[in-house]
Amino acid sequence: MTILSFTLILLAGAFLAGLLGSLTGLGGGVVIIPLLTLVFHVDIRYAIGTALIASIATSSGSASAYVKEGITNIRLGMFLEIATTTGAVIGALIAVFIPTNVVAIIFGSVLIFSAFMSLRKKTQAVSDEDVSKLARQLKLNGSYPSGGGVVSYKVRHVPGGYFMMMFAGVMSGLLGIGSGALKVLAMDNVMRIPFKVSTTTSNFMIGVTAAASAVVYLQRGYVSPGLCMPVVLGVLLGAFGGSRLLVKANTKWLRIVFSVVITFLAFQMIYNGSTGKL
Amino acid sequence: MRLFSKHFWADKDIQQLIGKQLRVGVITSSIIVLLGGIVYLYRHGHESPDYGTFTGVREGLDNLPGILKGIMAGQGRDVIQLGVVLLIATPIFRIVFSVFAFLLEKDYLYVVITLIVLAVITFSMVGGLERL
Repeated sequence: MTILSFTLILLAGAFLAGLLGSLTGLGGGVVIIPLLTLVFHVDIRYAIGTALIASIATSSGSASAYVKEGITNIRLGMFLEIATTTGAVIGALIAVFIPTNVVAIIFGSVLIFSAFMSLRKKTQAVSDEDVSKLARQLKLNGSYPSGGGVVSYKVRHVPGGYFMMMFAGVMSGLLGIGSGALKVLAMDNVMRIPFKVSTTTSNFMIGVTAAASAVVYLQRGYVSPGLCMPVVLGVLLGAFGGSRLLVKANTKWLRIVFSVVITFLAFQMIYNGSTGKL
Repeated sequence: MRLFSKHFWADKDIQQLIGKQLRVGVITSSIIVLLGGIVYLYRHGHESPDYGTFTGVREGLDNLPGILKGIMAGQGRDVIQLGVVLLIATPIFRIVFSVFAFLLEKDYLYVVITLIVLAVITFSMVGGLERL
């Protein structure tokens, strides 16, 4: 295979990853690593570097739209970014000492968890009780525009959410993914923030979290321009197309099919990791 | 001085500006990546890819001075890498930008919080963490 045909196939694969990622809310990075390692036999370290750059691109691209609509809670995002960036730097640091097959196994497990999270029945447990003194002091409570007017909400369990976010950051730095599923878990389930706010704020934070570890990976030689070029362009075009389609598409079945595919990829990564093939 | 009046920097306007800054960053860097990619494929398109074993990128592609030197030499890969660096810088610029935004809002608590995030990122950049 020549570099030209390799680039074109990868561009098509990344486009599909970006499209499905934005339609299902799982993010493009989740598919990029299995695609690169299992299909193209790229070393997992190059794959991690490439996926991180791809998550920065998609996060910044979509965050720009949500921020303008005023749904993102900028203060909450900024506060929690202390946790995610510290975690990301720690993750990128320990990645040097962990064997790549262990990274593959951890990645597979997080992948299964992400697929499960995207399928889970969403029950909105938003709280309007002003119980957290810390949330008040940090000005984390907010409101967002919706069809029926402005909805206000109160944030709970700030320390719990903070530590959960730090864990999401470690995973992001270690595995080269946005850890969107873990971030949403921390905000939805622990801090009791409405879905719309938690997904957009998580998206807003992914760029900064990924940038914190990408700096380390770039200096370590993990970020290869020959891989980043088709992946970044493909994922961005795919995500853009996906956000256009989202209005019309029925994503329920797509979500199920995509989760099954991801779980399959995850098991394959865990298998290859445990037999030392990755 | 409209720029310095509190009204101009009301929360909503800052959100608009942050949104615009993120978009401009992503679009500019993808154009640079695309241009570098065309040069790279034109020159190396017929060679065969080699990512199976990890060796790290070639020298010069892992730091900004090296990348700039490579661009001067007309290297497509260094142009792509410049686009990638700009992409990494986009959310970091957003943080820098927010420091000023919170400063103008006189929200000093959030000036401090934002500076802490910036410090963590700066630490990972210059903390001697590279090539451990």
